[in-house]
Amino acid sequence: MSLWDSYKMRVRRRRYRIRAYRKRRELTAIADRTRQIKPGDVLLFSTLRNEHVRLPHFLKYYRDIGVQHFLMVDNDSTDGGGHYLAEQKDVSVWHTKGSYKRSRFGVDWLNWLQYRYADGHWTLTVDPDELFLYPFCDTRPIRALTDWLDTSSIRSFSAMLLDMYPKGRLNNVTYEAGQDPLDIASWFDPGNYFIRKNPLMWNLWIQGGPRARVFFPDAPEKAPALNKIPLVKWDRRYVYASSTHALLPRGLNLAYDEWGGEKASGVLLHTKFLNTFEAKAEEELTRGQHYNGSVEYKAYADTIRQNPDLWCKWSEKFINWRQLEILGLMSKGNWA
Amino acid sequence: MSSTVGIVMLVHTALGRAEQVARHWAAAGCPVVIHVDKNVSHKVYSAFTHRLGDVDNVLFSRRHRCEWGMWGIVAASQDAAELMLRRFPDVRHVYLASGSCLPLRPVQELVEYLADRPRTDFIESATTADVPWTVGGFDEERFTLRFPFSWKKRRKAFDGYVALQRALRLKRRIPKGIVPHMGSQWWCLTRQTLSAILEDPDRAEFDGYFKRVWIPDESYFQTLARLYSSNIESRSLTLSKFDFQGKPHIFYDDHLQLLRRSDCFVARKIWPHADRLYDAFLTDPAIAMKQTEPNPGKIDRIFAKAVDRRVKGRPGLYMQSRFPRTDWENGVTSGDYSVFEGFAELFEDWDDWLSRATGARVHGHLYAPERAEFAGGASIISGALPDSAALRDANPKAFLTNLIWNTRGERQIFQYGPGDNPDLGWTLAKDPNAQISVISGAWAVPLFKSNRNFGDLRKEAAELQRIESEHLKQLQSPWTKARVRIWTMAEFVESPMEPLQTVIDEIGQKGLRRLGEAPKMADLAGFGQFLQNLKNQGMHPYLMGDFPVDRGLNKQPPKPRRPYLVK
Repeated sequence: MSLWDSYKMRVRRRRYRIRAYRKRRELTAIADRTRQIKPGDVLLFSTLRNEHVRLPHFLKYYRDIGVQHFLMVDNDSTDGGGHYLAEQKDVSVWHTKGSYKRSRFGVDWLNWLQYRYADGHWTLTVDPDELFLYPFCDTRPIRALTDWLDTSSIRSFSAMLLDMYPKGRLNNVTYEAGQDPLDIASWFDPGNYFIRKNPLMWNLWIQGGPRARVFFPDAPEKAPALNKIPLVKWDRRYVYASSTHALLPRGLNLAYDEWGGEKASGVLLHTKFLNTFEAKAEEELTRGQHYNGSVEYKAYADTIRQNPDLWCKWSEKFINWRQLEILGLMSKGNWA
Repeated sequence: MSSTVGIVMLVHTALGRAEQVARHWAAAGCPVVIHVDKNVSHKVYSAFTHRLGDVDNVLFSRRHRCEWGMWGIVAASQDAAELMLRRFPDVRHVYLASGSCLPLRPVQELVEYLADRPRTDFIESATTADVPWTVGGFDEERFTLRFPFSWKKRRKAFDGYVALQRALRLKRRIPKGIVPHMGSQWWCLTRQTLSAILEDPDRAEFDGYFKRVWIPDESYFQTLARLYSSNIESRSLTLSKFDFQGKPHIFYDDHLQLLRRSDCFVARKIWPHADRLYDAFLTDPAIAMKQTEPNPGKIDRIFAKAVDRRVKGRPGLYMQSRFPRTDWENGVTSGDYSVFEGFAELFEDWDDWLSRATGARVHGHLYAPERAEFAGGASIISGALPDSAALRDANPKAFLTNLIWNTRGERQIFQYGPGDNPDLGWTLAKDPNAQISVISGAWAVPLFKSNRNFGDLRKEAAELQRIESEHLKQLQSPWTKARVRIWTMAEFVESPMEPLQTVIDEIGQKGLRRLGEAPKMADLAGFGQFLQNLKNQGMHPYLMGDFPVDRGLNKQPPKPRRPYLVK
């Protein structure tokens, strides 16, 4: 019954907001530069743990496309990443020792910060190993996209997760700080994604790619979700429901067309599979802080020991966003 | 010297850019009258007028509150045009532009172009019956209903009032003497036409009428110009394309070359932060005067394609921002493919023969229980699609649409049958791209050849027959869109080459070539008796048609009888 569903969703949204409000106490500001935020700035939110080596390139990439301020939650990194961030002029950092799992994988923390600082801003929520790609990103800054979304009365923009991987064993090449991870992890699966609609939350549920192919060939339902809606014109009433896979109110999840047309969409290049991955997987396994009892990481750890090459002869080498557009992984929609 | 072309500029945002463009026009001698939307704060407005204070042929007209779809924009144009005609007597053409318009060619070229056509009014103007681009479903009705409420701010009142008028069948009278016309709001009119419109003795009546018309800026001048103009050229000199929601497409830095080659005089709308465009077009010295007509063909195509993509999308593509509901796919799959049911069972070398005969990629049973039998025994195929049965069966339709999408340009053929995942049935039946050929009952051949206990065979035969008859019902239903051909096995064995030729011809891979060799049919000696045994055990095999008990005794496979089948 749809009225009942709406009511349930409303209650759920309120619950998430209360959670976010309570979790605010776990956050300690290390560097609060939020007073620099000007109206109309595009903001980036992220949670991280021990990702120092990735940060220089991450910040550069997003500064280049026109993100004005970074709001980062450092979940007790031990590699100095938190200090590195605190030194950056356009970054605000909060530190927490709180449990990643019990903050619903960082969502509660970010929901709180978004409630505080993001109201009325275009807000990008990404992990440090995700690079946001949108149509014309090589010639137009992100402001061009958000202005266009504004004039088209679009509030949320979808960008599916595309797992990138190197050719050969993951630990063949060592990633150096500042390097473009796509130089190493430059391959992806072009056409093995399976989509279903979530009837309650209205979001699409996308699975597939190398993780489904290599780690979960016999249990596809356990493969990780790849659908994401990372770019949202934020409003205080909004919350992310589970990671950036779904939002509430659920109208925000309708970033797809159901009558045959294509809406504009982007891609999050997921550069998780570098030489840093094995150590990370082992650590996450012992911490047990990830989704669904870290089943994903258990599967990784087993397979990684056996056959660490995700590459196959049908893998495609990344060139640019236009290539992904032609392959049908993202779309320009009616933006030209 | 004052030019013969005057620019009326309607401005509401990005005042910095408007200032830049106004200076550009003024520097070339064109007087400019600027209307700034009343929604712009007084402070910002006075700063703006102050900044432009050093340019003496730029004037500011009385401010109106402009809202999309409402009268304010027309009132603003009227006042500004009156001011222009009054203060600049040399002006012969008045060009209506917005603050986000950008002149693409040297101003002098526009001046000369218009000087060559002193009596021509450039205004897109067509009757409602002839234009396809009305948004919101109001074409005729925008002139016969009243629209006092803002569509953007008071949507409910707007919709409610429309519904009320429709229910009460209220209709407005269109003032005598005018025929409603519509067109782009960006025009260029001669002093004669414009002053005739503005000084019309009936203007009060016309204004009163158009104040309640929906989007009057697209119809006021367009309609009234028809009354007075001696020479209407029904096109806009401003390059302005609209998307499917009626919003103008926006130009960015990467459109620079396109805009240059368009030879249009003015384009809108330009993204305010497109620095390269503003730099290029406002500072370029005029190199050589071109006499060319505007030619926006390429831009038209790009934007038309964009609208098409948004509205129809790429057929057969399922992705994060295109996930059509069932039956709204606009093409279930992205290309033609063929499905053969029962052929691989009846013919011994079917896959090889078929790929020789067609040159297409021939798969085995893609929906077999153990794995997807890709051509050549591959375990993974285009798009990195793996052969895992679990992955496939989690979403059988997506597996098919992915396969067809990934192999665009190469025809796919696969085998299907009652032993395979039956969930695909409706998807196949409803797909116009599918060519499905069925030999019904041929599943009995492998059973007949197998060396198993008859009790098991009987059970399995009953099950397969049940599944296939369900499937045949789907294929014969009124919702079926696939090209379906069904033969009973008895029929097919009788003369196999003719139907084969038809099906292969339709696949049409290698042009019209006659089949030189026949596939090798399984030895059916004793098959009639096998069916009879099933009957004797109480199972009734009927899908294969009538096989006399002694039929299979003829060991010769039926010879091709038609002369044209021989090479």
